[in-house]
Formats: sequence, structure tokens, C-alpha cells
Amino acid sequence: MEVSGIHAHPGQQGICMKTLRRLFDFHGGIKPDYRKESSTGDPITVVSASTSLVIPLHQSIGGPPRPIVCAGDRVLKGQRIGDADGNVSSAVHASTSGTVTAVEMRLMPHTSGLSALCVIIEPDGRDEWMPLQPFDFRAATPTQTRDYLRDAGVVGLGGAVFPSHLKLSPGKQGKLDTLVINGAECEPFITCDDVLMRERAEGIIKGTALMREMLAAATALIGIEDNKPEAIAAMNQALQQSGIAHIEVVVVPTRYPAGGAKQLIRVLTGIEVPHGKRSTDYGVQCFNVGTAYAIHEAIDLGKPLISRIVTVAGNVGQARNFEVPFGMSMQNLADRCNPRPDTDRLIMGGPMMGVLMPAADVPVVKATNCVLVGSPKLFPPPPPEMPCIRCGECAKVCPADLQPFELYWFSRAKIFGKAQEYNLFDCIECGCCAYVCPSHIPLVDYYRFAKSEIWAREKEKTSADEARERYEFRLLREEREKQEKAAKLAAKTAAGREKAAAAIADAEKPAETPEQAAKKALISAALERARAEKASVVPENTGNLTSAQQAEISAIEARRAEIREMAKPHLPPDD
Amino acid sequence: MIAAILVMALGAVILGAALGFAAVKFRVEGDPLVEKIDAILPQTQCGQCSYPGCKPYAQAIAKGEADINQCPPGGEEGIRKLADLLGREVKELSAEHGIEKPKSVAFIDEQVCIGCTLCIQACPVDAIVGAAKQMHTIVADQCTGCELCVPPCPVNCISMEPLAEDVESWKWKYPVFTLTPASKASA
Amino acid sequence: MNNSPFFLKPTSVQSVMLRVMAALIPGIAAYVWFFGAAILVQLALASVAALAAEALMLSLRGKPLTLFLTDGSALVTAWLIALTFPSIAPWWLTVFATVAAIVIAKHLYGGLGQNPFNPAMVAFALMIVAYPQLMSQWPAAGNHEFAAQLQAIFGTRTIDAIDAMTMATPLDALRTALHSAEAKTTVAGALQSSTASGQFGGKGWEWVGVGYLLGGLWLIQQRIITWHMPAAFIAALFVLAGLFSLVDSTQFAGPMFHLFTGGAMLGAFFIVTDPVSGATTPRGKLIFAAGVGLLTWVIRTFGAYPDGIAFAVLLMNITAPLIDLATQPPVFGHKNDKGQTP
Ligand code: SF4
Ligand code: SF4
Ligand code: SF4
Repeated sequence: MEVSGIHAHPGQQGICMKTLRRLFDFHGGIKPDYRKESSTGDPITVVSASTSLVIPLHQSIGGPPRPIVCAGDRVLKGQRIGDADGNVSSAVHASTSGTVTAVEMRLMPHTSGLSALCVIIEPDGRDEWMPLQPFDFRAATPTQTRDYLRDAGVVGLGGAVFPSHLKLSPGKQGKLDTLVINGAECEPFITCDDVLMRERAEGIIKGTALMREMLAAATALIGIEDNKPEAIAAMNQALQQSGIAHIEVVVVPTRYPAGGAKQLIRVLTGIEVPHGKRSTDYGVQCFNVGTAYAIHEAIDLGKPLISRIVTVAGNVGQARNFEVPFGMSMQNLADRCNPRPDTDRLIMGGPMMGVLMPAADVPVVKATNCVLVGSPKLFPPPPPEMPCIRCGECAKVCPADLQPFELYWFSRAKIFGKAQEYNLFDCIECGCCAYVCPSHIPLVDYYRFAKSEIWAREKEKTSADEARERYEFRLLREEREKQEKAAKLAAKTAAGREKAAAAIADAEKPAETPEQAAKKALISAALERARAEKASVVPENTGNLTSAQQAEISAIEARRAEIREMAKPHLPPDD
Repeated sequence: MIAAILVMALGAVILGAALGFAAVKFRVEGDPLVEKIDAILPQTQCGQCSYPGCKPYAQAIAKGEADINQCPPGGEEGIRKLADLLGREVKELSAEHGIEKPKSVAFIDEQVCIGCTLCIQACPVDAIVGAAKQMHTIVADQCTGCELCVPPCPVNCISMEPLAEDVESWKWKYPVFTLTPASKASA
Repeated sequence: MNNSPFFLKPTSVQSVMLRVMAALIPGIAAYVWFFGAAILVQLALASVAALAAEALMLSLRGKPLTLFLTDGSALVTAWLIALTFPSIAPWWLTVFATVAAIVIAKHLYGGLGQNPFNPAMVAFALMIVAYPQLMSQWPAAGNHEFAAQLQAIFGTRTIDAIDAMTMATPLDALRTALHSAEAKTTVAGALQSSTASGQFGGKGWEWVGVGYLLGGLWLIQQRIITWHMPAAFIAALFVLAGLFSLVDSTQFAGPMFHLFTGGAMLGAFFIVTDPVSGATTPRGKLIFAAGVGLLTWVIRTFGAYPDGIAFAVLLMNITAPLIDLATQPPVFGHKNDKGQTP
């Protein structure tokens, strides 16, 4: 368990690659029933879009991309349809060729059951790619490369969907010791990374090599749990064939959540990256194998991220993995695996950390690593919650070394300050604690509640502070304007005393100045005009516009739609 | 016996000294009262409290001129926090100052707006952008929902819309678990 | 519908409590072997009283009956009471103590999981203060007369007759001998002259202790308790008793004697380890249990009551929240904050 000093320079170990690597342990963890075998029998099936695709614009952490297409546009596969909003954002693309039928609010694959702006594409069945252009990142500056990846929509495919380009700069020192590639895949049922490694190991290795170069990392370690022997073999073979040095496949013991980024970094390097700190500051960075593959496709082939491997498992006749274009309905996907009749829900992700879908016809997005088909038999409702008996089971399994029952106590009592003191935000919501709790307390629900409550309060606080600042600034400005006016008047005084005296008298008098009168007249004239305009047909000179103009208009329209939607009174949440 | 009493007394003295030291060492330099009150007020700057802004109201409370229940946007929670801070009784919101409403943002019907700039002048937090004779629009993020821009508009194109939840602002609910009736629970 | 995690480990408070009770069985078996079946009567009495009191309190507090009655926590409390009380104590003593434990020490503090004090130990402390005489009526080892024991429990025997079947516990015998007017009594002498001494602990009691030890080890193997508390308790008691008996073996009993008399083994594995009222962090557990061990030895050696575990536990219960606060383990990433940052 002790880290102290043993691994002060993890990079040195990369040199002696063939020796047995020293692995580290992380605290806690559980060994649930994995049930992964059922979905690894068949190779990946590539599905093409047959029914209309609903592509949410906001599929990553960061700002929601702006739509750059509008209803009626024909789009090609891989064409950008949403532009990154600032740097902390990621573009989205059409995942097949076809016609945009609408840009509108649709139900999101999110527990809330709320909607967000989506681009709806009716496929034309031709699946026609954009002209593809590999990206020569060696000829480009690092910023250009990052912008390229942002515009290619590459985000972390392990589930967190953090824009990858933001993670691809090598920290303060300009180089890294270790690049960790996460192929652990510790969640039960999910096998999308497993099959990806089995079938497309070469691409993963290439992507890993690219990232190692971009990050100037001494070594790249690909961590795979020992319950995936086929994947390990395939990766090792591809690695040998490629002849690329400084990459190593490391087999790690199977234990949930060894696939958590922080846990895997710990296992492979002994480094613990604290919450809220950049891992590059500790000389490491971590990407999922799926992301490595996506980066390979984006750079080497010029393909933006438009599909991913999705495991469909659970209450189905035949569990398997698909390569799915984003925007495809989960229902449609699940139906390909013969869901059993007692199916009552779809879960996005695995049974430990997955999220319950509000309906079955939500789209597959970049975060969808698994569509888990649930039934009351497979996932029975939890037994009634009992009081915490402080047995400490939860603390024994918490991979973040927290005292979950203390967090629970404070979250439940809504003592948020204390919960934060006990490091609530270090909780990775892995669910280990709730899994073992003999009192069946939905511990993670309490943490989620407390976290979102704290966030909301902080947001409220910031916006109040901003409002205060803006208000004070305005007061200041008004004061300054008054003074400037007075100064101007004083200047005029030099020109003509009488005039000035009159002006001052005017200014002091609350009566209407000619200026104000003129303004009033203007307003009433404008009012007239507006009325007239309203009465006549709304003139719309939208006859023959360039596509750029049209795109601009649709972007504006979309923004308006969003504002309107935001402004809609929302229904009370039904419990 | 005497030894025991001495030990106890010594303990008391040491503890007392430690506590006293801690009190001196860790004393928090408090914000002046006005600032503490102002920090609780929602900064809507709507003037419903009958003061020209949140800060003046905070000053009035601090001076004891105003009661703590005059801020409708702050609502019940705001009153509770003020009561906590000032060690007063929690009160009902005073009806003459308004009622608590869900947080709203102003919304300008851009088809109707004539670009008169009157609303811009009214907005205390500069949340409206636009120039003379140009269509105006509201920066929803910055709008505090104070409604001050509504009356000046000559064409009545500003409406207040309650702010709906979106995926970003959605909050996890407090886990409510009704304990199943005894008969079913044992199953 | 619930949120993730969607599947849970098949475990429950009930199964934890049942396994704790199962782990008591070897000790109970030894108890019956050496001291007769009276203890079984006490266990039954305490169980019934505990369930009745629990049911009453649950219905008063409007809690679901079946769910909480079947959780087994009241039964564990009841068994611990029965096992710490003399097995031929009058029935009402056990019943009264159990009801007090459930009503006062458990439910008045908020029920399962909320009690700051170990309910069984509260009951023990209450009764030993209120009825010191009755609480030291321990059966003599080898006395198997069930009928007589029954009569003692249900109050149809005279005091004299009861006296005839009791025997001082080794701790009692030692204390009386050492504190008697004859200053020249030594530990060895007192223990030799006492009929209560066994091979390495108290006669009979040593084997009951071994039974508890076995059960306790099984609990550790079952991951219901961790090694910290028993180890720290036993170590503290062992080291302290060892040191003092090295210094003056005429006045202080040795470590084996302390560990295998009285409630030491029961305490180490079943009482100190009560999760609700004890410390919870690994280091906290060590401190807490070592504290109990230390206080136990002090009370046994210098105190007015023969066995000190109950008071030691209650005293340490008070400090448990503080211990927890002071021993919070470093959170992931916070422990190497300095060491690893470039
Ligand atoms: S596992 Fe459950 S009952 Fe045990 S301490 Fe944690 S929250 Fe409490
Ligand atoms: S969900 Fe949070 S508190 Fe629970 S085990 Fe995981 S990291 Fe620890
Ligand atoms: S836009 Fe209107 S409602 Fe919003 S802050 Fe400005 S004046 Fe108040």
C-alpha cells in the first residue's frame, strides 16, 4: 500500500520493459458478478442508420455546441453539424448522410428526463462520407492539433466524455512520465473495450503512439484487467507487429473499480492524483482505449468521431457489441438483441454507475458505452433502507479512502459544509459503498443529491456576486457619466456664459428638455412604424440566401428556440 | 483526595487556557454586518423591499430601520438565513412588498421591439444589449429577474418567463424512501 | 425506480446479526458444559424481553414492525446481556435489564444505529450499581443441577440455598483476597486457595473464553468485524497486566489470568466491537479498543467492581466521536500531496 518514494521516478521503469512491472494497490474495491462472457461471443456488428437519427448537440463536458445546419440541409457522413462553443467544448458531426429534418428539443439520455437541442437527420441510406483528409500533426503546431481534435469531436469514451484535446497538453514540465491507456473496463456486463481491443488492437496502438508523442510521454502503459486474456493477447500481438517502442501492455488484477482513471493510474504508477488536480502535474495522463482508437481514426484517417462500440447486454436473448452511429435510438439497438418480455428499463452504462434512461427511444451518444436492458428480476428493487449501523463496510470498500457513512450522515441531514469537509467531492460515485451496505442505504443517491445541491448553491452565489458587481459598476458608470456631463457643460461655459447658465438651469429643471421631447417624438414615430409593420405581413427576405447565411439564421433561430424553451414553465418533477 | 482535586483544577486551568488561546488564535475577522447581510440578499436589485437596491436594504437592516422580511426574491430561505445571522425570529414574508415567485428572466419579443433603449436604462445590472433603433435582447444569464424593465417598455414587448430547469441545471432530488409496510418488508 | 448501483451484494443487517449470534454459540456451549443449562433460560428470557420491548418501542415510534424486529439487533443485545449477567440471577433482573437496554439505551436515543452507548453495557452498569449482590451470584463450576438453577432464577430458593450453589468468580476471589486485612496474601496464594481457579484463567470461564475466541475469529474471517479492536483490546490488557505482574507478581495477576477470566474474551470480540457506539476508523478502532483494555485493567485492579469491561466500554463510548474525528484516514490523493507534486 505504501507509495513513499519507491516510485519517485516512474518514468525510469519504462526503460526496462521486459521486467515484471511492480504494480500498486488501491484501497477497497469489490468483486461483483461480472457477467461479461455473454456479450463477447460475437464479433462487433456494424449497424448503419436506417431510421432517423437524433443527434444531441451537447454530448461532452463543456459548452453546448452551436448548430450550423438547419432543416432541409443535406449533410454528408462526418460533416460537422455543431460547432464547438469556445475551447471547452467539442464539435458534433452527422453520423450518416441524409437530410436534416429539424433542429429541435428532444429527450436526452439523461436521468432528468429533460430535453435539449438535437439535430434530426433522415438518412438517405447511401452512407456517403465527406472527403476525408488525414491530419499531419507533425507539421502542425500543438494548438492546431488540439483545435483539429476539438473539431473532430474527439472526447473521452470511457464514459466521462471530457473533450480529449483539453487533455493533450503535457502540463507544466512540457513532458510526461507515463501515459496510461485504460483498457481495464471493470464494470460488470460491459465489454465494448474488450472487443475493441480484440478486434482493433492495431488502431489502439497507433492512437496510443500518437498521444505519447503529443504528450511527450516517456512510456505508455496500457492497463488491462486479467479477466480479458483474449484482449491482452491481441494487444500484445499488435504491439509486437507494430514494432513501436515505449508502449507496454500491463495486466492488472480484476477488481472493481480498477478501471476508474485515478485507480488505474494508482495501480500502474503508484501515483494518486488528488481531486481537482490535473494529472499532468503529477506526470501522468489517462485515456480510454476507445479514445485512443478515436484519435487514431481522426488523425490517421481524418474521420471525426461519429460512432462508437456499444455493448447491449442484460435482459436480452443474445448480448453483443455493436458499432453504432450516434443518434440511433437505444430502443432500436436493444431490439436487435431480443430483449425478454419482462424488460422494464434501459440503463446507459453498467449496473454500478449507469444511469437510468427516462424512456427507451433516447439516442445513443458519445457517453453510451453500454445499453443495459433491465428487468425487475435482473435488477430487483433494493430492499427497504434501514438506519446506518456504522458497520464500516462501506469504508472498507471505498476506493477513494472516504468514510462513506459520515458523508451519508451529513448529506442526509443536509449539513453540506460538513459533507465537504469530509471530502464529498472526492467521491467518484463508484457505488461500491452502496453495493456492500447491509442496511441497503442508497448512499450514492445521497451524495449525488448533496453534490448537485452544493453546485446549485455555488452557482447561485456566483451569479448573485456577479449581479452585485454589475450593479455596482453601473452605479459607478452613472456617476462618471454625470461628472463627464458636468465637465462638458463647464467647457461650454468658456464659449458662452449665457448659454451655459441656461443649460444648467435646464438641467436642474425637471421639465422636458428639447432633447427629451425629440426622443419622445422619435419613440412615438417608431411605435407607429412598429404597428404598421405588425399589421402588414412580416417581411422575410429569405428567398435565395447562401448556405452560410442560412446556417447563421438557423443558428440564431436555434438560440432563440433554446431561450424560449428555457423560459418555458417547467412541470413539477414527478417522483 | 487533595491530589485529585489539584489534578482536576490543573486540568481545568489547562483546558481553559487552551480554549482561550484558540479563541484568540482562530478568531475570524468578520465582515462588517452590512456585507454579511448583503451576501445573503439575492442581488436582484429589484427594489421591492422599498430600498433602491440590495445594498441599501442591507444597510437599513443593519441599522435596524428595516425588517428582515421585505425581500420577495430572497423568499423564505433568505428570511431564515437573515434570522440566523441576526439572531431574530423567522417571519412570514411581508405581503406589502410582494410574494415569492419562481426565478424568472425577462424575455423581449424581438419582432415587436422598436429599439427605444428605455429598458436598457432601467436594467440595474446591464443585462440588456442593443443600441438605439436596434433590436434589443436580454442576456438571460445575467438577468436577475427584477422586472424593472417591464413597465418602461412602450410597446409591452417584455415579458417575464419563469426559468425552467435544463439538463445542466437539473438537480438530483433528495432520496425519499418510503419504508414498505411491515407485512411486505419481510419478504 | 432506483438509481445506480442497480445490484447489491446479498447482505443485510439481519444476516450480520445472525452471524454474530452464531459466533456466540461455541462460548455458550462451553458455558452450558461447565455451569449448567441455566444460561439457556437466561438467553430465552432476555430474548423474549428484548423482542417485546423492541416491538413496543417500534410501534410507539411508528416504525415498520417486521422489518426492524427481524433485523436481529435486539436479540444480539439480549444475548450479550444474558451472557454478562450471572446465569442464576433472578428472572426479573435479566428482564428488567433487557427492557432498560432496549427502551432507554437504544430507542430513547433514536433506535438502531443511533445509540451512543452500548445498550448491553448500559444495562450491566445499571444493574451492578443497583443490585451489586444479585450481580455477583455466579454459579459454581461443575454445578449442573438444572432444577436448582431454575428455582434460583424464578425465586423459589432461599438466599442460603442460592449461596450454596454459587462461587465467587476468580476476579472476585482475587480482589477479596488482596483487599483483605491480611496484607501478606499474594496473587499466587489467593489463586491457589481459591476453588475458582482453572488451568490458565478462571475455572470453567477459561474454556468459555476460548469458545468466544473461536467464535470471534470466525467473525473476523467472515469480515463482520476487523482484527483491530480485538487485537488492540487484548494487547492492551496483556501488556498492562504483563508489565505489572513483572514488577510485582505478588500484587498483580498475570496476563493470561486477565484474558481468560471475566468477560475479557466476550468483550474483545463481541462487546468492544459494537460498531454503532464505537470508533469507526482503523486507527480509531485501535485507540478505542486499547482504551477499553486499559480501563478494564485499571478498574479490575483498583476499582470497586470486580469486572471493569462495562464501565470501560461506556467511558470509551463517550470519546468515540472525538477519536473518529481525530483519526480520519487521509483521502485518496491527499496523502501524497507533497511527495508527488513536481
Ligand atoms: S455500510 Fe451501510 S450500514 Fe455500514 S457503515 Fe456504511 S452506510 Fe452504514
Ligand atoms: S461511491 Fe463514493 S463514497 Fe461510495 S465507495 Fe465510491 S467513492 Fe467511496
Ligand atoms: S433584463 Fe429586466 S428583469 Fe432582467 S435584470 Fe434587467 S431589468 Fe431586471
